[in-house]
Amino acid sequence: MRVAIIVFPGSNCDRDMMVAVETLTGRRPALIWHKQTNLDPVDLAIIPGGFSFGDYLRCGALAAHAPIMNALHDHAARGGAILGVCNGFQILSEAGMLPGYLARNKELKFVCKQTTLSVSSDTSCELIKSLDNSEKLHIPVAHNEGNFFADPETLDAIESNGQVVLRYGNEDKQNSGNPNGSLNDIAGICSSNGKILGMMPHPERAMGAGHESADGKKLLQSIFEAIVT
Amino acid sequence: MQVTITIEKKPGVLDPEAQAVNQALSSLGFDDLQGVTMGRQITVSIDTDDQERARYRAAKMCESLLANTVIESYTIEINEPS
Repeated sequence: MRVAIIVFPGSNCDRDMMVAVETLTGRRPALIWHKQTNLDPVDLAIIPGGFSFGDYLRCGALAAHAPIMNALHDHAARGGAILGVCNGFQILSEAGMLPGYLARNKELKFVCKQTTLSVSSDTSCELIKSLDNSEKLHIPVAHNEGNFFADPETLDAIESNGQVVLRYGNEDKQNSGNPNGSLNDIAGICSSNGKILGMMPHPERAMGAGHESADGKKLLQSIFEAIVT
Repeated sequence: MQVTITIEKKPGVLDPEAQAVNQALSSLGFDDLQGVTMGRQITVSIDTDDQERARYRAAKMCESLLANTVIESYTIEINEPS
């Protein structure tokens, strides 16, 4: 299992993610500085959370044009797997690798709290195939811009293609624990080929021992299983 | 040549910040207030004397970085030399 974690100035979850990946795979992932222009073949590229480039202009906008991004686009074009968490999700959306946009939280407040997540029963995401969608996941969020927005046509397309992967609260009950006002309670979506996953909650902060929950571990584990098989 | 770029949210795009400002103005008693939009103004200097070229280059900048055209629209104005 070869995993690369892309690091930008202002990334702050890269080390946590590195520990999480090493715990689960037994192999330390490579930390790749954003100025690198090539990415050695990897099974999974991860864009971690943080405040890349100080969130200047728009969250993720400057990182989306960093030198490493061409290599990441090539990786995606080859059908490579990518996980973007929090700021990583914002970067993937600014880079046009995921649809929609992450706007300011509805209440204009930074939210840092545990959330309950439902895994969509009809998700086309290739990366979490082995995840039991009848179980709720408890994974924390920490963001100021996580309010998922898309125009009505795009939202319809995402919903009907099964690109919604995670929703806040209980899937059958709207607005039951949505922390940021995101449309349709969306917490995570995937690309149309199911190989790129962007999510606001931080799985690397729900790894068991010392954390409130171990459900992030479960989610990451399912991604590694999907890649191996 | 100096060019002023104004970037605004497209109509229908959720803007919680503008909504909050709208509410605050209303609570201050501005009951004739009909709406608030908020944007960002960016001034760039471009090495050309040709207005069309300046406009073209500024639009390129907006499309590639300055605006997220999923949610934002932009207008370009040439600053006349004083």
